[in-house]
Amino acid sequence: MLRAALSLLALPLAGAAEEPTQKPESPGEPPPGLELFRWQWHEVEAPYLVALWILVASLAKIVFHLSRKVTSLVPESCLLILLGLVLGGIVLAVAKKAEYQLEPGTFFLFLLPPIVLDSGYFMPSRLFFDNLGAILTYAVVGTLWNAFTTGAALWGLQQAGLVAPRVQAGLLDFLLFGSLISAVDPVAVLAVFEEVHVNETLFIIVFGESLLNDAVTVVLYKVCNSFVEMGSANVQATDYLKGVASLFVVSLGGAAVGLVFAFLLALTTRFTKRVRIIEPLLVFLLAYAAYLTAEMASLSAILAVTMCGLGCKKYVEANISHKSRTTVKYTMKTLASCAETVIFMLLGISAVDSSKWAWDSGLVLGTLIFILFFRALGVVLQTWVLNQFRLVPLDKIDQVVMSYGGLRGAVAFALVILLDRTKVPAKDYFVATTIVVVFFTVIVQGLTIKPLVKWLKVKRSEHHKPTLNQELHEHTFDHILAAVEDVVGHHGYHYWRDRWEQFDKKYLSQLLMRRSAYRIRDQIWDVYYRLNIRDAISFVDQGGHVLSSTGLTLPSMPSRNSVAETSVTNLLRESGSGACLDLQVIDTVRSGRDREDAVMHHLLCGGLYKPRRRKDGVANAEATNGKPRDLGFQDTAAVILTVESEEEDEESDSSETEKEDDEGIIFVARATSEVLQEGKVSGNLEVCPSPRIIPPSPTCAEKELPWKSGQGDLAVYVSSETTKIVPVDMQTGWNQSISSLESLASPPCNQAPILTCLPPHPRGAEEPQAPLHLPSDPRPSFAFPPSLAKAGRSRSESSADLPQQQELQPLMGHKDHTHLSPGTTTSHWCIQFNRGSRL
Amino acid sequence: MGSRSSHAAVIPDADSIRRETGFSQASLLRLHHRFRALDRNKKGYLSRMDLQQIGALAVNPLGDRIIESFFPDGSQQVDFPGFVRVLAHFRPVEDEDTETQDPKKPEPLNSRRNKLHYAFQLYDLDRDGKISRHEMLQVLRLMVGVQVTEEQLENIADRTVQEADEDGDGAVSFVEFTKSLEKMDVEQKMSIRILK
Repeated sequence: MLRAALSLLALPLAGAAEEPTQKPESPGEPPPGLELFRWQWHEVEAPYLVALWILVASLAKIVFHLSRKVTSLVPESCLLILLGLVLGGIVLAVAKKAEYQLEPGTFFLFLLPPIVLDSGYFMPSRLFFDNLGAILTYAVVGTLWNAFTTGAALWGLQQAGLVAPRVQAGLLDFLLFGSLISAVDPVAVLAVFEEVHVNETLFIIVFGESLLNDAVTVVLYKVCNSFVEMGSANVQATDYLKGVASLFVVSLGGAAVGLVFAFLLALTTRFTKRVRIIEPLLVFLLAYAAYLTAEMASLSAILAVTMCGLGCKKYVEANISHKSRTTVKYTMKTLASCAETVIFMLLGISAVDSSKWAWDSGLVLGTLIFILFFRALGVVLQTWVLNQFRLVPLDKIDQVVMSYGGLRGAVAFALVILLDRTKVPAKDYFVATTIVVVFFTVIVQGLTIKPLVKWLKVKRSEHHKPTLNQELHEHTFDHILAAVEDVVGHHGYHYWRDRWEQFDKKYLSQLLMRRSAYRIRDQIWDVYYRLNIRDAISFVDQGGHVLSSTGLTLPSMPSRNSVAETSVTNLLRESGSGACLDLQVIDTVRSGRDREDAVMHHLLCGGLYKPRRRKDGVANAEATNGKPRDLGFQDTAAVILTVESEEEDEESDSSETEKEDDEGIIFVARATSEVLQEGKVSGNLEVCPSPRIIPPSPTCAEKELPWKSGQGDLAVYVSSETTKIVPVDMQTGWNQSISSLESLASPPCNQAPILTCLPPHPRGAEEPQAPLHLPSDPRPSFAFPPSLAKAGRSRSESSADLPQQQELQPLMGHKDHTHLSPGTTTSHWCIQFNRGSRL
Repeated sequence: MGSRSSHAAVIPDADSIRRETGFSQASLLRLHHRFRALDRNKKGYLSRMDLQQIGALAVNPLGDRIIESFFPDGSQQVDFPGFVRVLAHFRPVEDEDTETQDPKKPEPLNSRRNKLHYAFQLYDLDRDGKISRHEMLQVLRLMVGVQVTEEQLENIADRTVQEADEDGDGAVSFVEFTKSLEKMDVEQKMSIRILK
């Protein structure tokens, strides 16, 4: 159908070959000549409808979220189901028959995988494995318990005569029904719990259960189904054994398939360095392949995808580029949210079709009561057992939420639709009951769980920013616990986790991560890096009004408030004096040791934090006595960089991994850095009581150099120049030092040029050329009348606005020459070198 | 495990140890069993060598420091009470621990404070009550591994110290250390279930 539509749309000629089979109804008619306009609804019908449904669902989502009040009270899934009911009613009224239902095939092959992949991929793995015991217990024992008790109780109900005799079902039929109705549904749980924000442990237990119980559900459903088809008389003891065995085959097999594909995926992404563009696609394709493979082998497909996502994430994230990461994340979220929306809407629509229904109050009510009751009972019993083994026992409130959060959803519905009416005569009743159960759990429980959680004062999840200390100490604690387990001689969870981490570090990561990524991938480093980014971003965000002294405190360092005031002034002072130093440095640097110096400087500039570390003591010292230039210099100069390098670091780090391929992409950082400096400068002017003391004052060069009295202006000028040019210069260093290539922190140097100078060029080509020109070029022409400095500044600023210009480094140098105002640039080069030489 | 009951008598001062550490009888027996197994020459105490022979400790980045923590003040041997006293830090916090807080009695060894203090003294090698930048760097070097360059490591160390350092002395005192972890569930993260 699709193929036909495509071929017809594309080229009538190409499609001609297939035409006869496509249009058997009109072979006799002569073609009525060239048509100016042709209506071909049937050729596009299928994809068009799919697109239309998704569109409707998305629009509905937008409409729901127009009102905050509604969405804060009612979970989206409820709204969608209700919308589905309405739409289904309209379709029914218009078409006189129920259409567009939730087809099990569509559901299992297209709608479910993205949701499961999303949840598996973004599953907090540490939390998941920390609670694996509980999750597995609830998923396996709990589901078995629910299925058997519900099935048996319903059968008992029927024996007691409370279910109408029309419902022709034996014990096996009820067990089959029990098996499909008992499984907690990942889609429903996710939809509801994502809005409730209970604490992570509780969430991971309920959600993990809903994912892992798929294997049990599949097995139970299949076993019961085949028993029903065989007829209870023909079931032999070996069949029961086989049923039990298949539980292991299906679950372990599914997990194994998932892990194999995770391995393949990680391995593949290791080699995508030059074809970054297909990275996101690979993730989706291989994960989907895992799903289909498991489905094909009738293993647990949900388990396969979950394990695939869980297993591959660490390596894939490290291997793929920063942009691919974002793409994967957003595409996954979009697909999952899309699928979820469509599922709930179609659920609503499907419920309208009364031809599939047969109502029996006894069965419906009985099922509702039983699933609630047995779920609660099961949770309490299992929790009691589990708490004997848990370090942190699950308390009563947790148990209530877990019982109440056992939502049923589309999986149950799809499974019940799949039943064979000839084999299961009571199918219609089961369908109706399932619909009611699903609606009840999603709507009633979904609506009430939020108030319930509030009322019970369930511990909510709390988001606190990661800090380096926490991350580091957490690692320490892990190692301590592993060591203590060694000493005690009990090889428990910590021991094995430690073992696994060592194995992972030694072999797996080596095998599955590309080298550059492997080096970077360390959690502590990761936190450090992210904190830096955040600081940089917030700093830039505040850039407009840095005037206030708080503008310079960093949000990730909450405890420093007390010190903030002094350090801010110090910072300002430093940035100011940094400028002066630049100027003063100029004469000293004339000896041409630029290269080593550049290397050295590059090393230094990696030290994002050096400046602030010592700022208190050293800066003060410097400010007061003016002499210890070396120290002060290092600090002060770095201050300028600090800001920049932090934000550059953000990209540089990612560019470390994706350096080669992200060519041509200009980040905002250039603009932002400018904003920053302006802010900083103005801060300078504001805060410094007298130019003498603060910004450019204390160094001797200051006093000696005639233009020094340009203070504020100069400071601005210089610092802004620093951002722009320093990097270029440092590329020399970059090119020459291997260590610099290795180093992570170095990126400020190598990456800044991208920002400023070389946007459209592929990096690899650019790097070697650009830097070599400049440093040597402008230096000799060092003349620096104050008046011209201003001119030069304005000029260079304008040139900064036109990145193309800067792209040609020599050009810029020349221009500076002609304008007699190269001092600015020059001074910068000098600074850099000087810095290097001093240290 | 019939032999265990016979060990009960062997443990000297079992009651006072239990009072101090809060271990259950069963845990104490288990630990005593382990203690004797580690004590290869039946000398009645453990030396550093005895602990170093535990294979997995050798690969643990903090292994040496943890072994060292069993030998306070540079002593060369640790007897059973000392051995248990260190391990008592990792006993899970139970309800009765918090309820029966007697202000006169010293805090139980497994209190949050003591758990943190145990971790703290693993960092504080020179025992001056502060984690200096240098000490932080050493720990980071152990934890982060080889992937990150020395230079970057120093940056991380700087930042870590700075983050926790409130009084601006360039080092992390125990108070600051505690404060930097106040949001973390230390009771849970520094406990081992079997050490009840």
